[in-house]
Amino acid sequence: MSVTLTERAAQHIAGFIDKRGKGVGIRLGIKTSGCSGMAYKLEFVDQTLDDDLVFDSHGVKVVIDPKSLVYLDGTELDYVREGLNEGFKFNNPNARNQCGCGESFNV
Amino acid sequence: MALLQIAEPGQSAAPHKHRLAVGIDLGTTNSLVATVRNGIAVCLTDEQGRAIMPSIVHYRDGGGIELGFDAMSTRVSDPRNTIVSVKRFMGRGIKDVTHIEAMPYVFEETPGMVRLRTVQGSKSPVEISAELLRALRKRAEASLGGELTGVVVTVPAYFDDAQRQATRDAARLAGLHVLRLLNEPTAAAVAYGLDNASEGVYAVFDLGGGTFDLSILKLTRGVFEVLATNGDTALGGDDFDHRLYCWALDHARIDPPSAEDARRLLMAARAVKELLTVCEEAPFRLRLDSGEEVDLTVTRADFFEMTRALVQKTLAPVKRALRDAGLSPRDVKGVVMVGGATRMPHIQRAVAEYFGQEPLTNLDPDRVVALGAAMQANALAGNRREDDSWLLLDVIPLSLGLETMGGLSEKVIARNATLPVARAQEFTTFKDGQTAMSFHIVQGERELVADCRSLARFELRGIPPMAAGAARIRVTFQVDADGLLSVSALEASTGVEASIHVKPSYGLTDDEIAGMLRSSLEHASDDLTARALREKQVEAERLLEACAQALAADSELLDEAERTTIDALIARLRQLVTGHDANALSDAIAALSRATEDFATRRMNRSLSKALTGHNIDEL
Repeated sequence: MSVTLTERAAQHIAGFIDKRGKGVGIRLGIKTSGCSGMAYKLEFVDQTLDDDLVFDSHGVKVVIDPKSLVYLDGTELDYVREGLNEGFKFNNPNARNQCGCGESFNV
Repeated sequence: MALLQIAEPGQSAAPHKHRLAVGIDLGTTNSLVATVRNGIAVCLTDEQGRAIMPSIVHYRDGGGIELGFDAMSTRVSDPRNTIVSVKRFMGRGIKDVTHIEAMPYVFEETPGMVRLRTVQGSKSPVEISAELLRALRKRAEASLGGELTGVVVTVPAYFDDAQRQATRDAARLAGLHVLRLLNEPTAAAVAYGLDNASEGVYAVFDLGGGTFDLSILKLTRGVFEVLATNGDTALGGDDFDHRLYCWALDHARIDPPSAEDARRLLMAARAVKELLTVCEEAPFRLRLDSGEEVDLTVTRADFFEMTRALVQKTLAPVKRALRDAGLSPRDVKGVVMVGGATRMPHIQRAVAEYFGQEPLTNLDPDRVVALGAAMQANALAGNRREDDSWLLLDVIPLSLGLETMGGLSEKVIARNATLPVARAQEFTTFKDGQTAMSFHIVQGERELVADCRSLARFELRGIPPMAAGAARIRVTFQVDADGLLSVSALEASTGVEASIHVKPSYGLTDDEIAGMLRSSLEHASDDLTARALREKQVEAERLLEACAQALAADSELLDEAERTTIDALIARLRQLVTGHDANALSDAIAALSRATEDFATRRMNRSLSKALTGHNIDEL
């Protein structure tokens, strides 16, 4: 079981952590809310928790809690540019119905 | 589909609950919009990757507008309908605008704020600024993929209430929710203070396109306090262009140019100025529509020489601000440079010499204000990081007060009081049986109301009739975090109340703020004399009023000789009250008071015995 970053995503994350001045990695997760049941979580990590799972992807520590991993297994996090907007995108093979906004999904 | 940004630990927003907030630097020359993304403040760029948007609006013949870079070329081809530096007109009357003769616009003489006649009709500076803000809003919404929750718009520290209100109105007109208006130097300090986390006293030297602000700030444990602000609302990079322009006209022996040629010469002057920042000399070459040719070479030395006075002019507010803060140049730990004009080497050198240290220039001086505003907007929209408990304190640039009898200004909130602030003061009635009171709110440092800026008037009615001086009217001045004022008056015994939110009438006086401050210092002793005279005049009027009433009620208590003496003294006082001799007036007041002392005692005895009639001593 694992989650990965694209190389571009990893570069951007490393850059953001560097500019922020602290942080050990990036946390991916899900929470149960949103229009399609579940929503993605994307946060800086200052401290890992006891039952966190940690993956290394292109030199960036990816932190995830075991419950979220069930829904995110095989997910690839990408960094994309769409017009003036740019940001992260979850490519999650488990997601079936994604809501139009892409912020929430169900499995 | 929305793209995700990285949140702070535990701060992930629920879907569709992202509070998109941006900071906008609405500048005289250029405007920018910035936001906090992935925890970092960044300027948002247009499709070509440019962060800066020139603050230019072109009203096209036949409808439609062009903005920013797209409107740059029409500055030459259609100067009358291409509005640059509109910020200079915000909340200003026609008399307040400097260099009006060099501007190609058709101004309309309207009461209050100046208006510009364009091919698309009459436009107010608020409407023109709203076009700029609307363009920045569109850019932000395209970049962030959603509607904006709120914005922080920056204004020069010296903007008065009229100018702040005009800025707020422009944002509202552009469909923006203003979370706060933030002083530009304070925004710069937010950008620098948080990024570098260094404590101490700092000076922010902000020389923009059209305004100069100097602020003395104190950063302690992440708390910003503005100790003092000073500046000049009519000094900026544009003035350096203007000097070069005049120099070129002079050296190339050109007759007064047409509006189009003037615009092109000014543009060439700006390019020369920018080139001189990096080169020792620059060519000033231009062929005018009139057929005349300009072919000059400007050296750095020439440029420094012709703008020496302008550089000196920036140091005066620096000195005043330091004096207000009770500090000397060596108490300042660092000097933050803001605004494109601070790139000029001789400005940097003058600042370095004055403070005895090299100024800080490690953030882009064009962007630093927008970045700080974005951080503030992010915090105010509720996206604040847990460890960012910083609080922003700002100050009142000019004292706020009320007109009292005799046209004197009674200051209720003193200059440099920290915002938000509320102060109350008690006032009373001047005449017996007075049932209404008129309040005139003024801003400024001078002693006489006529020399201050008038902000608003309102009336309190329904005061119960009482003897003069018996009523107690509590007047409360409140200034919110945006620097906007509300005033309320409450009569204590009945609870009748009246209040006003100062949405000031635009551009009431011609004096600009910096000028007002300067004149308050220059006229300090005149003001003192004037105040002394007015106080005596008010005292004389009160005495005359009291005498008239007493004589009407109890004149039979006086014999003929006494009455003649008193009448003569009253006549003399009446005559002096309109004059300018405070000493003579003071003597006449004293003489009349002495002459009526006996009379007053007799009246007192009579009213006492009246009050006692019908009562026996035990009852008392």
